[in-house]
Amino acid sequence: MTTILPRREVLIVGFGWTGAIVAEQMTREGLDVIALERGLWRDTSTDYAVNNAQDEVRYRYRDELFEDLSRETLTFRNEGGQEALPMRMLGSFLPGTNVGGSGVHWNGQTWRFLPTDFQVRSHNIERYGEDAIPEDMTVQDWGVTYDELEPHYDTFDKLCGIAGKAGNLGGEIQDGGNPFEGPRSSEYPNPPMEMVAAPLRFADAARELGYQPFPGPSANMSQAYTNPLGVSLAPCSYCGFCEKYACGNYSKATSATTILPALMQRENFTLRTGAMVLRVETRDGQATGVTYVTTEGEEFFQPADMVFLCTYITHNVNLLMQSGIGEIYDPQTGEGQVGRNYAYQAMSGANVFYDQDFAVNPFVGAGALGQVIDEFNGDNFDHTGLGFIGGGYIAQWQTNGRPIEHHPVPSDTPTFGLGWKQAVRENYNHTIGVGAHGAVHSYRGNHLDLDPTYRDAYGRPLMRLTFDFKQNDIAMSNYLTDRVAEIARAMGGRRVDVSPLKTPYDITPYQTTHNTGGHIMGDSPSNSVTNKYNQSWDISNLFLMGAGNFPHNPGYNPTATVAALAYHSLAEIKRSYLQNPGPLVQA
Amino acid sequence: MQMSRRAFLAGVSTFALTAAASAREYRGGIPWHPGASLPPPAFDPDDVYFTAEERAFVTAAVDRLIPADDFPSASELGVVDFIDHQLAGAYGRGDIYYMQGPFRDGLATQGYQAQAPALLYRQAIADIRQGLADAGQPDFVELGPEEQDLVLTRLSEGRETLAHTDAKTFFDTLWQNTQEGYFGDPVYGGNRNMEAWRMINFPGARYDYRPWIDHGGEAVILEPVSVGGRMVP
Repeated sequence: MTTILPRREVLIVGFGWTGAIVAEQMTREGLDVIALERGLWRDTSTDYAVNNAQDEVRYRYRDELFEDLSRETLTFRNEGGQEALPMRMLGSFLPGTNVGGSGVHWNGQTWRFLPTDFQVRSHNIERYGEDAIPEDMTVQDWGVTYDELEPHYDTFDKLCGIAGKAGNLGGEIQDGGNPFEGPRSSEYPNPPMEMVAAPLRFADAARELGYQPFPGPSANMSQAYTNPLGVSLAPCSYCGFCEKYACGNYSKATSATTILPALMQRENFTLRTGAMVLRVETRDGQATGVTYVTTEGEEFFQPADMVFLCTYITHNVNLLMQSGIGEIYDPQTGEGQVGRNYAYQAMSGANVFYDQDFAVNPFVGAGALGQVIDEFNGDNFDHTGLGFIGGGYIAQWQTNGRPIEHHPVPSDTPTFGLGWKQAVRENYNHTIGVGAHGAVHSYRGNHLDLDPTYRDAYGRPLMRLTFDFKQNDIAMSNYLTDRVAEIARAMGGRRVDVSPLKTPYDITPYQTTHNTGGHIMGDSPSNSVTNKYNQSWDISNLFLMGAGNFPHNPGYNPTATVAALAYHSLAEIKRSYLQNPGPLVQA
Repeated sequence: MQMSRRAFLAGVSTFALTAAASAREYRGGIPWHPGASLPPPAFDPDDVYFTAEERAFVTAAVDRLIPADDFPSASELGVVDFIDHQLAGAYGRGDIYYMQGPFRDGLATQGYQAQAPALLYRQAIADIRQGLADAGQPDFVELGPEEQDLVLTRLSEGRETLAHTDAKTFFDTLWQNTQEGYFGDPVYGGNRNMEAWRMINFPGARYDYRPWIDHGGEAVILEPVSVGGRMVP
């Protein structure tokens, strides 16, 4: 039996970063807003107190902040002919659950995409010719430009108190910042993080090789900060428990540390936790609300005027499929848009091993404490004759010395035993990692659909992920890795071990929680699920937030673009939709 | 804005009293209750899973994975107690893992496809011991160190076929759990007296390293701290 609840004006499914952004903006308009979160209420002082937060077993290895796969997961295969099997444990990526979502346990590396990233198809064809895009590479222009998003990137920078140094202020290149970035309307709200020895070594080597290193933009606080909502954050204490952990010190920008203290006071906002949304209900081309089930197993229908899907990208796509909204993509025919252009990130790197006279002290770290070069990202370099498009940044981030996860040893070390133990002891405090954070361009064979065999705890088919790194990803990543190795060899160590992109894609080792695509944006219903305002082409009162909108995944961390797209969507909703509900772009 | 007392009570009054997992509604303020923080689950040495034979097997195995030298072996730091306790609880049961069938071996890229960890240990240990008996060899715990290493290496390289489960999955799980017990916080029964942290000079659950940002390549050596304080349970 389904209990029907009173109608609300705005309904948000999933209460992480974008859920909080939507709620803050829509309650400010005076609308009656409800958010449904499958997980629990979580707050810094209660749940992430500093005397509990630094616990590797509990948080990283027993998944306390991550989603419960016994309820729902996905199946996975590398290519279409294989039988997909369930992701039984988390590995390659770590979606969060509970209030704050994955944004609770991010590192805080906060990037804007390059202007040309949003014109990935037209720009590359214009510069390199039609042959630059292989036939089975399904990248497309995003339908939105950097200039349109810039004010919204700026809003997010100020909400979070991002620490960094501008490299391009209104078109003027600035010393010490990223000279390749798009023009910024203002300087970062906080100065860069204070650097430890490892990123400084990287920066020195990069400079010697002719590159222009700069401090990585950081959502860890370089100093105390009060944001435009009046919420205060504390200076980062460099504790080295950032990604995969919650910050106990109010030093990392998350929805809980930037929005919730203001939002939760508003009488026109309601949050329900333990509310698992099973499907969006529709009638006559409009969403009428959602059906959800509580932790206790009671089923409810929550009617609403507008529905925002703000869950992790795989769940947003799954909700569309489970609700029968749109046609599921078929890579054979190219028909259907839902599940198309899934992408990920191509990670590779190198370790520099030092003698005992240089100590790295890796535990003096922070999630976004590092130095970066951007010479090899996007189209910042000439790709003529290279056989690939796109790129990534190369960085030395000193994030942590947590010893279960971090105990680098040379590649010829025995797998276990005395030799391994001795190598751990000798290298723990004397190793610097350098990484390449590469783009993944969408391909026809990489997509999401529904699995024919496995079901979730609610009886629904599991979503099925088909993904592998393709020719462009591999060629691009290998090129980046060669540049990583050159810098690493200039860093004065006794030995360098290089770790190229591992192929085929393996769902077990942690790589990064940067899954993208599946409900992509575009300029026409024939090539996308949402328009440039992330409004469903099919259902005009349904909006989809998050990295599911990315038509491909550029060579940067996604969060700032996820937030900028949300603010961009909300600005148009406020400007136009609230007065005249309906399609914001005519199909 | 003033927090509405009615909304506050409606939203959070049962928060600290009942299981945190039940559905709730929040409105009109940030819910907060004194004493409601969530410390790590307590280690109970009596809450165990292994049979005596399994415990002997795991003790021998983890001491080949991390043997004693100038610093303690895995079992000397409580790793067997750690694993035994973990397998007796949510981890061993696979409470938050997807454990619905059908179970198939799959490709190496498709990840863990075994039963929940506790059953994986039980099946694998029985199969390995049976395999040794069938080959006319002594039990694992009776083998010399080199022979034990050979068995573990064959498991790690997937060269061993077990009757009921996947050899490499078992090795990878055992080796991962061993490192968790050795380097994890001592509140979980391993890393006794934080000796593994002292071995590599990891200072543990300290939350402020700002005085050492400008360390200039000099080793920062600090007495380690546990999330349970300095006490060892």
